[in-house]
Amino acid sequence: MTPEDSRYAKSHEYVHIEGDIGTIGITDYAQKELGDVVFVELPKVGAQLEQGDELGSIESVKAVSELFAPVSGEVVEVNEALSEKPELVNTDPYGDGWMVKVRVSTPEEADELMDAEEYEEYIEKEAGK
Amino acid sequence: MTLPDPNQHRYIPNADQDVKEMLAVIGVDSVDRLFDSIPNEVKLQRPLEIPGPWSEIESRRWFRDLAAKNKSAVDHLSFLGGGAYAHYQPACVDQLLLRAEFLTSYTPYQPEVSQGTLQSIFEYQTHQCLLTGLDVANASLYDGSTALCEAVLLAERVVKNRTKIVIAKSVHPQYNETVRTYVQNLGYEIVEVGWTNDGRVDIEELRRACTDDVFAVAVQSPNFLGVLEDYDSIATVANGVGAVKIAVITEATSLGILTPPGAHGFDICVGEGQAWGVPPQFGGPYVGFMVVRDALKRHMPGRLVGETVDVDGRRAYVLTLATREQHIRRGKATSNICTNEALIALAANIYLSLMGKEGLREVAWQSMQKAAYLRDRLRAISSITIAFGGPIYNEFVVRTPFPAHEILRDLEHDKILGGIPLGNFYPDHKNDFLVAVTELHSREQLDRYVSVLSAAISRELR
Repeated sequence: MTPEDSRYAKSHEYVHIEGDIGTIGITDYAQKELGDVVFVELPKVGAQLEQGDELGSIESVKAVSELFAPVSGEVVEVNEALSEKPELVNTDPYGDGWMVKVRVSTPEEADELMDAEEYEEYIEKEAGK
Repeated sequence: MTLPDPNQHRYIPNADQDVKEMLAVIGVDSVDRLFDSIPNEVKLQRPLEIPGPWSEIESRRWFRDLAAKNKSAVDHLSFLGGGAYAHYQPACVDQLLLRAEFLTSYTPYQPEVSQGTLQSIFEYQTHQCLLTGLDVANASLYDGSTALCEAVLLAERVVKNRTKIVIAKSVHPQYNETVRTYVQNLGYEIVEVGWTNDGRVDIEELRRACTDDVFAVAVQSPNFLGVLEDYDSIATVANGVGAVKIAVITEATSLGILTPPGAHGFDICVGEGQAWGVPPQFGGPYVGFMVVRDALKRHMPGRLVGETVDVDGRRAYVLTLATREQHIRRGKATSNICTNEALIALAANIYLSLMGKEGLREVAWQSMQKAAYLRDRLRAISSITIAFGGPIYNEFVVRTPFPAHEILRDLEHDKILGGIPLGNFYPDHKNDFLVAVTELHSREQLDRYVSVLSAAISRELR
């Protein structure tokens, strides 16, 4: 199920905000669509991201896709475990499969994103296309 | 009915009637109208001044006479190097290249019908990794100069948001020029770093050039002056600013005896593979090679062949890491090169397989020893100096008190191609020329060079 405590972008990234730290990853729907993830390219700690910036890329057995920042902020941590175990994105996208943590600079940007219910409606429509 | 005369337009398959019909279909009254978008003032308003039409026999005669004006390394004693080298080529290299399966096959997309080609490329890649001390090689690029360009572009993809490239002036000047052409509209700045008296990269100048906006440092060893670089000192400086370290190699046989750039911490090794079993030829085809550290493989251009297993667990070869490529990744591709020099890479593969570890060491050892012999004999002549004192592999710069092209023209009368005038590339080196020696030179030939060259200098002194 789509976690209620996160916000969702149309490009299928989620951001889970606690205090001023936003944890970013891709949704369960996105990982299923991509198939087995074999490589995740992440930014360096300290990188400044604007909402919508490319923050990295994700390679599955099918294709490579770009990852976009759902909110603006400075990268404070990246999930090093993914370099050895990219499959965590498939097995636990909202938990151990997280990608980067940012210090959110513009919290109101999250309000423009979808909540869990809106995102589920959105992917239902996407899937119906 | 009248049949068209098949000889009337032997090389132009469209008969007048065909042309008329095609023009009628698209609604244009003459072929010239198709070029209306080109302004009249830049059009040539008269027929081209070319002779003919000639018969096949006449054409062949004309080309034969033209070709006879060439001075070839086959009927001369040649000491030309500078990026292309004459080494022993085992006869079976050319013979195997004639196999139709290799000669005609294109990029092997379908592993089920291309195991032979894929295996040969995989072997080629394996040789490159072993010889350069790096982890991943691609299936080849066009030539050494474009391989360097691709290495520079790769470096920028890895170290993002920087704008400066540092290249040693002693990297092959034509490679340098090709890089300038490739990046001229990309907004990068190129900084050239010169050499010290011994012909090696000036480390102090390199340190000044390596500011924190540098993303790549490229050096060549043996460099264009024939001198071996100190990889470790260069790597230390480049590491200080986090730049990608690129080693360029134009004399591939040197890897048979020198410690590879990978062992000195270099990230990318690119170069020209011609010396591996392909004779020097004007305009190529040659073969560029590229080998990188594992961490850079996803940023690499070109095809990659990998080893895997089929459904029954048997060894098989496939194109791999194709997600970098343009047909999958479109505008974000890190590889827009689908073409490689597969046939020349195959020649290199056959050569390297045949020579083996011992053979490659022998080629390199002989080239080095014979070059040292010639250098030392020349140095003993009073009006000759060896321009740079640094360590060499098989090439060195000779300096006389006279313009190099005059001396070299004199040697040609004795059917000796005595070297390359360095002034062609570096204008302040008019009296210098570059001399290359390989395992093919006999002691008699080297001695003859010494006596003919000293005679030429004596004539100038008179």
